[in-house]
Parts: sequence; C-alpha cells; structure tokens
Amino acid sequence: MIRTRDDALPPQLSAGDVALAATDLGFAVDGRWLLHSVNLELHAGEVVAVVGPNGAGKSTLLSLLAGDLPPATGAVRVGDVPVRRAHPLDLARRRAVLPQQPRVSFPFTVADVVRMGRSPWVGTAAEDEDDAAIARALVTADMTHLQQRRFPTLSGGEQARASFARTLAQQTGTLLLDEPTAALDLRHQEQVMSCARDCADEGVAVLAVLHDLSLAAAYADRVIVLRHGEVAASGRPRDVLTAELLGDVYELPVDVFDHPLHGGLVIVPTRPLNEALKNGVRQ
Amino acid sequence: MTALRSGLETAAPPPRPPMSSPDGAAATRPVRAHEGVGPAVLRPRPVRVLVLFAVLIAALITISLLSASLGQYRIGFGDVTRSVLHKLFGWAHVGHPIKDHFAEATLWQVRMPRVVMSLLVGAALACAGALMQGVFGNPLADPGVIGVSSGAAFGAAAAIMGGVTFLGDFSIAACAFGAGLAATMLVYLLSRSGGRTEVVTLVLTGIAINAVGGAGLAFCTYFSDQSARDQIVFWQLGSLNGSRWEYVQIVAPLVLVGLVGGVILARRLDLLSLGDRAARHLGVHVEALRLTAIVLVALLVAAAVAFCGIIAFVGLVVPHLIRMITGPGHRMLLPASLLGGAVLLAAADLIARTAVHYADLPIGMLTALVGGPFFFWLLRRTRLHAGGWA
Repeated sequence: MIRTRDDALPPQLSAGDVALAATDLGFAVDGRWLLHSVNLELHAGEVVAVVGPNGAGKSTLLSLLAGDLPPATGAVRVGDVPVRRAHPLDLARRRAVLPQQPRVSFPFTVADVVRMGRSPWVGTAAEDEDDAAIARALVTADMTHLQQRRFPTLSGGEQARASFARTLAQQTGTLLLDEPTAALDLRHQEQVMSCARDCADEGVAVLAVLHDLSLAAAYADRVIVLRHGEVAASGRPRDVLTAELLGDVYELPVDVFDHPLHGGLVIVPTRPLNEALKNGVRQ
Repeated sequence: MTALRSGLETAAPPPRPPMSSPDGAAATRPVRAHEGVGPAVLRPRPVRVLVLFAVLIAALITISLLSASLGQYRIGFGDVTRSVLHKLFGWAHVGHPIKDHFAEATLWQVRMPRVVMSLLVGAALACAGALMQGVFGNPLADPGVIGVSSGAAFGAAAAIMGGVTFLGDFSIAACAFGAGLAATMLVYLLSRSGGRTEVVTLVLTGIAINAVGGAGLAFCTYFSDQSARDQIVFWQLGSLNGSRWEYVQIVAPLVLVGLVGGVILARRLDLLSLGDRAARHLGVHVEALRLTAIVLVALLVAAAVAFCGIIAFVGLVVPHLIRMITGPGHRMLLPASLLGGAVLLAAADLIARTAVHYADLPIGMLTALVGGPFFFWLLRRTRLHAGGWA
C-alpha cells in the first residue's frame, strides 16, 4: 500500500490513441442486466457523451469504466493497464473521475480539496508541477476567488466546480465525468463543457455522462445513446441524435432542429403550440 | 482554457461553441482584482499551528510537574522541577534530587509513573480517536465503535473471574489487550464482503460485537465472587491508580508505533474524506488503508485500556477540539491530538486524585461526565451546520 515510485509514469498519449477500451462489458444485479455487451473505445483528443433515459445504465457504465464495480462480463483497459488488476495508483495516474455527488466529510478548504487531486503524483517528477496545476485548475473551474472557503459551506454548484477542479488538477490522459453539469447554472454548464472540450483539444480523452442533449450535441465528437443497458446508437451527434431515435429511446416525441444563428443542434421535447405565440402570429 | 463565452456572441455557425483564442480576452469574464492569473495557493496557517504546538507542549510540562507535586503528600513545585531536571540532565550537573528521601521516593516510584502513564494513555486514546474519525469520515466516530473497548473489558473481566496468573501482574492487562484486538479483528472480518468494507456495515457489526461483549461482561460480573466482582467493576470505571514504570515501558512503544503509523497514513486519510470511491480514484488502496488504520487504533486503545480500564470520550473530544484550530488535515491533526490528549488526561487525573480528600476518583467517570455533554453539543452543532448526521 505504501508506494512511492517514479518509474511507473504512464506513457504520453498522442491524439487518436486508444485511451480507454471496454469490450463486451456487462453488469447484472439479481439476474437482471443493468448493462449488457457494451463495447466502447475512447480516443485521446475526443469528447464522448453518454446519454440516455434514467435507468439506462449510464452511471453503471461509468462505474465499470472507473473500476468501482467488477464487471460480470468483459473487461476495461485504461491505456496499457487492465482496470480490474491494476493498483489504484497506476489507474489514478491515467484517469480522473468526477463523481456525481461530491462529498467531503471534513471542512477542508477548496484549495485543500483541489490539492488532493495531485496526490497520485507524490514522489514523482510531476510533483514539481503541483502548484501550477492547482492554480490552473482553480482558474479553469472559476473557483480561484473561493479557494479559501470551506468545502461544506459552498453551494451545490460551487461544490461541483471544486470537484471538477480537483479532477483537472490530477492532469490525467483520461477524464471520466459523471453528470458534470447537473448542479450547474447555464454559465457554468457552458464553462465546464468548453473546458472539457479544451482538454480534449490538448489531447485528453473525455467521457461525460450528460442529460442535456443539446449540450451533448454542442460539445461531443461522438455520442453514445444507452437504452435498457445496451447501446442503442453511437456515432457523430448529427447522425445519432435524430428525432426518430430519441423519440423512441426516451418514449417522448422530440424536436431536433438547427439553431438559426450558429447552426448547432437544438433538441427539445415536442410541446403544444404556445397560445400567446399563436395570438402573436395572428396579429 | 479559461474562456467563457455567451452562446450567441458570434453569428458564425461553428460546429461547436467557440473555444479560447488569443483574442478571447474580450469575451472572458472580467478577472477579479484579487485573483490574478497565477493565484498563490495558500498553505494552512503555519503560525497558528506553531502557536498551538507551543501552547500544548508548555501545558504538558506544567501540568505534569504540577500533578507530580500535588497530592496527599505535597512536594514543592521547585523541588519536583529540580529533581526532574536532575533525572534528565544530571550528567550536565543540572538540578538535584530532593533532599527529603521519602519525597524523592514518592515522586519517582508513585507519582511520576502515574503522570507519565496518564500522558501516554491520553495520547494513545486521542491519536486513536483522530485515526478513527479519519477512517470513518465522520467527526463523531469513537474508537469504541469497532469493539475494542468492550472486547478488552470482557477479556479483563474473564481474567479476573478465572484468576488467570500466567503472566503474573500483567495477566489481566494481557487478556484485556488480546481480547480488545480480537474483538476489533472480528468486527472487521465480519463486516467484510466481496473484499470491501462499507462504513455503515462496520458500525452496525461493531454494535453487534459490543452487545456480545457486554453480555460476556455481565456474565463474568454475575458469576464472580464478591472480591472479583469489585475488581471488575472498578476496572471498568477506569483508573490510573497503581501505574508502574513497567506499564509505561509497554505502552510507550505502542504509542510511538501509533503516532508514526498515523503520520505515514495522514495524506491518505485526508483523501478518504472524499469518500471511498473518490479516494480509490486518487490511487488510495482503500481496504489496505482501512485495515492498517483499524489495527493501529486497536493497538493504541487496547494498550491504553488494558492497564487503565475504560476511559471514555477522550478519543472523541480531543481530535474535534484540535480540528477547530489546525483544520482537518491529518498531518497536523494527529500529532496535535496526541499532545492534546496527553494534556487533557494528565489534567483529568490530577483532578481525580486531588478533588476529594483521601479519595481517588475513577478517571473514566470524570471524562464521561465532561465528555457526554460535549458529545451532545457536537451532535447539535453538526445538526445545525450539516443538516443532520451525514
């Protein structure tokens, strides 16, 4: 358990390398498959969004990829390391995980919490970059002005951003984000996702579980749609996020159209025509 | 990386919203004056921590000397100081023994072992408490949770009832120590499933083992003869009466092991406050850490309890008070708790010996009397601040 090695630094990935691979991944509870035969490759330099209705297996998938749960079938590799057999430290130097509900049981300051993200690098050459990495992560997550606040005194969104900063400070080749935008306001949703996009542009492999389909369409290179624990569709947002497929998966009619200004995909549930607007049209 | 833009700021149709660019400054949120680009990441307050350590060490020395000088047979504070200096630095011709031989003998054969024992036991209990709270990620965790106290009490009671003498004077302590460790290991093993331990399962298993330990203790108390029964009852009340240098020699190395182990684990314990999953994501082998910490706690508490009986609440109260000053980082919390526990128990023992003339009050009674209300206050405070038991 007590290990300080600096000879085991992970190899640097270049864009397009497979950062994380899952083959025939399955997970069952009480004989019911929560996730079944999922194959997935995450490449350095891309953002992959995992979407799907509640109970589709998104968080289960992320837990399996992170190594929190032992898969019933299949295996996960992060870079050159098999997740089930690897030492946690070898994994921690290759991938960072943003949990859905961050918790800190003692009143650590935000700066302390972000510094915890550097702990996998203690005793390695990368330790010299600690302060720079922390400062950068704080700026990126827009938490610099809150760095001396105690974590439990922050609002939900601020806690989520502090955790996001901790994940960034870890400076790994792969980022796994479980609903990174769930607790955030509009501005910070955009900020977190554009930061994830920046990370990918710098060569990091990013996988994010998202609920907001327009957000997924705007920032992801690829989208994986899960339904009942299986991959319903996977591919470029424009190919995958169609009204037909989404209506089918979410069991709700959905409108998909291009934004009149920037041309990005906008995805909203089909709603009855607004009365006020109807009147406005008549005038 | 820092760019943040409003979605409609550009009319051009990019496939995805704009990223940071060299000229992106205009669109970024205005940088606040005090945050700068490379913010100084502030370290914990070193001055405050230094002051705390200085105060604790000064208090420790003062209370120890005071405790050694006060009692039914009063020895002058100056005499005590000089005699102690002589013992420590006699080779450098500093200090001198007390001229009254009876006082010198009382000091070194009765008072001093007891004072040192109170320091060690307090240190062990507080250090164990800090480790325990770190392992459970809960500021209200107490070493009693993992069954070590009730196990030790049962072991001691069984030894008293059975009249065990295989180790002479150390028999009862050895049985208490062994049973305390065994109970802890039992709690740990029973709460393990699939190679992992969940905190809630650990606590509930601890309750089950504590109940069985309590039943065993009741059995021993009921079936013992009158004198053994008295001995069991007084052992449970906790007392430092009759401390000897031989006891000190056994407890001191264990406290040292606990302290060194605790400091080595400190950084990982910090990470554990993020929860088991997040700690694992940051490279901590959570199971190994938890097992190591629990073994350390069991060693510390069993060593303390074996010689002095049950002394409650020191492990709960001291780390909490220290945390208010040093902050929650375990690297400072553990050594400071150790000192704080030593000071608190030395003071408590001084009161136990001197509060009532010709009576040596049970120290466990005193600490529980103060600790109980304090625990309640903590509970209220936690409810107010965190919205409940979390």
